[in-house]
Amino acid sequence: MRALDLKLFRDLWAMRGQVLAIAAVIMGGVATLVMSLSTYDSLVITRDRFYRDYRFADAFVNLKRAPESVAARLAAIPGVERVETRVRAGVKLEVEGFSDPITGLLFSLPEGAEPLLNTLHFKRGRWVQPDNADEVVVSDTFADAHRLNPGDKLSAIINGKRKALTIVGVAVSPEYVYQIAPGSMFPDFKRYGVLWMGRNALGAAYGMQGAFNNATVSLTPGTPVQDVIDRMDALLGTYGGTGAYARKDQFSNRFINEELNQLQITATIFPAIFLGVAAFLLNVVVGRLVALQREQIAILKAFGYSGLEIGGHYVKLVMLVVLLGVAGGVALGAWFGQGLSNVYMETTFRFPYLDYRLEAGVMLIALAVSAVAALSGTLFAVNRAIRLTPAEGMRAETPALYRATVFERIGLQRWLTQPTRMILRNIERRPVKSLLTVFGIACACGLMMVGNYQKGAIDFMVDVQFRQASREDLAVTFIEPTGSRALHELQAVPGIRHVEGFRDVPAILRFQHYSYRSAIYGIQPAGELHRSLNAALQPIRIPPDGVVLTDHLAREILHVKPGDLLTVEILEGSRPVRQVPVLGITKQYLGVSAYMQQDSLNALLREGNVVSGAYLGLDPGMESAVYAELHERPRVLGMIANAAAIKSFYATIGEFVLFYNMVASLLAGSIGFGVVYNSARLALSERGRELASLRVLGFTHGEIAYILLGELALLTLIAIPLGFLVGVGLCGILVLAFKNDLYRLPLIIEPSNYALGATVVVVSALVSGLLVWYRLGRLDLVAVLKTRE
Amino acid sequence: MDEASSCVSGAVSADVDRVHEHAVVGGCVFRARGLTKIYTMGEVEVPALRGIDLELAAGELVVLLGPSGSGKSTLLNILGGLDTPTSGEVWYLDHQLTGATEQDLTRFRREHVGFVFQFYNLIPSLTARENVAAVTEIAESPMRPEEALRMVGLGERLDHFPAQMSGGEQQRVAIARAIAKNPAVLLCDEPTGALDSQTGVVVLEALEKVNQTLGTLTVLITHNAGIADMANRVIRLSDGHIVDIRTNATKKAARELSW
Ligand SMILES: Nc1ncnc2c1ncn2[C@@H]1O[C@H](COP(=O)(O)OP(=O)(O)O)[C@@H](O)[C@H]1O
Ligand SMILES: [Mg+2]
Repeated sequence: MRALDLKLFRDLWAMRGQVLAIAAVIMGGVATLVMSLSTYDSLVITRDRFYRDYRFADAFVNLKRAPESVAARLAAIPGVERVETRVRAGVKLEVEGFSDPITGLLFSLPEGAEPLLNTLHFKRGRWVQPDNADEVVVSDTFADAHRLNPGDKLSAIINGKRKALTIVGVAVSPEYVYQIAPGSMFPDFKRYGVLWMGRNALGAAYGMQGAFNNATVSLTPGTPVQDVIDRMDALLGTYGGTGAYARKDQFSNRFINEELNQLQITATIFPAIFLGVAAFLLNVVVGRLVALQREQIAILKAFGYSGLEIGGHYVKLVMLVVLLGVAGGVALGAWFGQGLSNVYMETTFRFPYLDYRLEAGVMLIALAVSAVAALSGTLFAVNRAIRLTPAEGMRAETPALYRATVFERIGLQRWLTQPTRMILRNIERRPVKSLLTVFGIACACGLMMVGNYQKGAIDFMVDVQFRQASREDLAVTFIEPTGSRALHELQAVPGIRHVEGFRDVPAILRFQHYSYRSAIYGIQPAGELHRSLNAALQPIRIPPDGVVLTDHLAREILHVKPGDLLTVEILEGSRPVRQVPVLGITKQYLGVSAYMQQDSLNALLREGNVVSGAYLGLDPGMESAVYAELHERPRVLGMIANAAAIKSFYATIGEFVLFYNMVASLLAGSIGFGVVYNSARLALSERGRELASLRVLGFTHGEIAYILLGELALLTLIAIPLGFLVGVGLCGILVLAFKNDLYRLPLIIEPSNYALGATVVVVSALVSGLLVWYRLGRLDLVAVLKTRE
Repeated sequence: MDEASSCVSGAVSADVDRVHEHAVVGGCVFRARGLTKIYTMGEVEVPALRGIDLELAAGELVVLLGPSGSGKSTLLNILGGLDTPTSGEVWYLDHQLTGATEQDLTRFRREHVGFVFQFYNLIPSLTARENVAAVTEIAESPMRPEEALRMVGLGERLDHFPAQMSGGEQQRVAIARAIAKNPAVLLCDEPTGALDSQTGVVVLEALEKVNQTLGTLTVLITHNAGIADMANRVIRLSDGHIVDIRTNATKKAARELSW
């Protein structure tokens, strides 16, 4: 090996602590990058493969009822490749030993053939046999949540009639990778299930023989989907079509895309922070190294090494640190990525399989990004090595210039001991470095806070949504809109304390060229249970004869403000189009909605006092009795119990929260330690002689440690409040980046989160301090004084 | 080359055959005309050299003598291509060093010059052998590092790190490093400055041996008049001027010196 390379390895070995600390920070950045990008790639590849292999449709539509002959007319639409018509039935389900209400969605399967579109991947069991009336395939989430297997029984209440069913298969569908009950906010695998049974059996049970109420189509490549949707709507309007929508608006698919979007953001923001900090650390460390090795550089140049050869030497050194960090980061990132993918698979997405892929491209990106960051951080120092003229390098460096600090200039010197003055002067002599050190430590604090932010934000969202806005214990929907007598019947059920009827209707909201497909909720203006909130999260009264919109819907999607006139295209009945004024804005973190007074909505629809469901307040302890009673009512289609939904939601996100906390602590710890330890070691290298001299003069180990570590302690203390700001800022970036119509994160940071951020910083400072303390104890006084530096 | 005639030629090494191939025997290796060097430090101008005319011949051992601050190091650095003069000209054989690019100077040093400094300037992370190798690796026809170290009497300390050697030993490693590439010129800036006289003599013996066996033009800076007796010629500097050039009729062996 060449002598210069030997020097390289020995130099690296001599500063191995710092090298490892920097490599750890690079590792953190690379790990988040690799984790996010590899999970992203894996999900995309899996999604695309699943969609392709299982023929996920391109457009979807629900309607009231159309004769099967209409299918041929759908197929005749230019660009339509395949058409699949289905019977789609909302049902109530009963599983033995589970008393909570379960909502189900039952789809028909073609008799004796595989579906043309949205076909099923079987985890267990088989397809239903042709013309078999009681065989059913259930979604794997539901089956797993209830431990159901082929051969087990369950019953469904279809159209008010109970039907006993036998499970023959457990399957996954590309349409329901992400499963959530309509009207619900979170997935609840126990209380919501998707099922499939034979077309004839379901048609008979649901009154849809020879007819369909759901159609999906696939398109020939290159067909503009909007054209097909327009034609489908024109065709199906008379059959009660509620508006066709494209894949991009399909709920499960949209949710996956939002999640992918988040991964990409994660893959940008976090590595940027880590690598920025790593660049800074390399800057100071290599800067110091070049300063220490001026004479070595000079002698090498005197003997004929060129500036480029010397520069290359330091670049090599930096690249070795980068390689170390990248190698560790890729390994850690792959581990994280697999973990994250598994968490996704277990809690959120039901792909039949997950191809975890770590593409070579991702590793190359990681290497390139890290190398660029590291080299730009060390450019200055390396350039100094290149430019150093040999004659200059031979001369001893002039002593560093110190001066009295602000504190002393403003007359505080009386209270400052000599060591304290040394601390302050040292900080003030290198303001930029001190500032960057503070900022680096602050980043550790901020990152820790981001890692724990989600949990607090979700708690807050849930609290607002369920304890202030949707305070009902149970929401029931009727099979179809009904007169208000139904409410009185509910009121009479023992255990139901309070009833508030609501009317909801699917609609497309339009303003100028903006539009959004949603529903209008007619609720009670002075409701106790279901309320709208203003920006201060106080309940507001919905005014009559107009609509109140969720802030996100109004501002970001429709671009309307109070006073504007909204065009509402009702997707029910004769599909009337009406103009409705926007009267107000409400604050909502989950989903987006349009609210009216129920009476006003009834008037808009030119109907009497009609409700589509009711919000119920229950007497404590009566839940099961009420569920059982309502379950038997044929008019009641679905029930959603909030408390149960929240509980199951927390069970779901628990794993995510745990996973992110682990990742965040690891990474924040690595940054904190990297920055503090490096500053400490650097200070030791720069001031070892000075401190040794003080020891010779009779200062104790503790006293010189105070000079060195006091500076770090001071910087750490300054960094903590700044870290809080960084944390809030980063969370703010997340809030802005993750804003969509499914949810908006509130910028809420719990006190415990601040405490956690500060703890990480303090602990990493203490560990670094201890290591340096130990080193100070071993200062070789004689050697330090003997050598000329 | 008629300039060669102006070189003092009585000082040619006895061992003519071993003289570096670039050097004309007894011919002029360095020629300087009207060299000045002015350092500017902010407002203040510090003149370090005030007009130096000088010739150095192949194979001779020249001592530069003068008090601290008289400009010895500055002159040596300019001759070695480490620094450039403010005005004047320097020739190395038929190459003009003044006005050469940094690249040319780097090549000049790489191919022709060996340096020895007061503070040894070894690379602390490399052993004696590796310190020498760092230079031989970039040289055209070097000796083996072991050979160079043996010449300075360190054949037994090949794998010791600088920190494990005494000052005199470190300086001898530095000399081995300087001669290992078979340079035409060896420039030594107070090589004994940091050593006691006994150790200093050992180092000077090494230099003497190199000068005699390899015929390397050796320039040796010292402010110690006692050392001057081992030179062919002694050039005295004071305040940036050459005040005196003396040729020693008989030169003493390094072993006989003391100060
Ligand atoms: N880089 C420099 N900047 C300013 N002055 C310098 C520099 N190098 C040398 N000098 C000055 O030039 C003069 C000659 O210095 P030098 O050649 O080192 O003397 P010597 O080696 O004889 O002791 C001295 O006055 C010294 O202070
Ligand atoms: Mg000098």
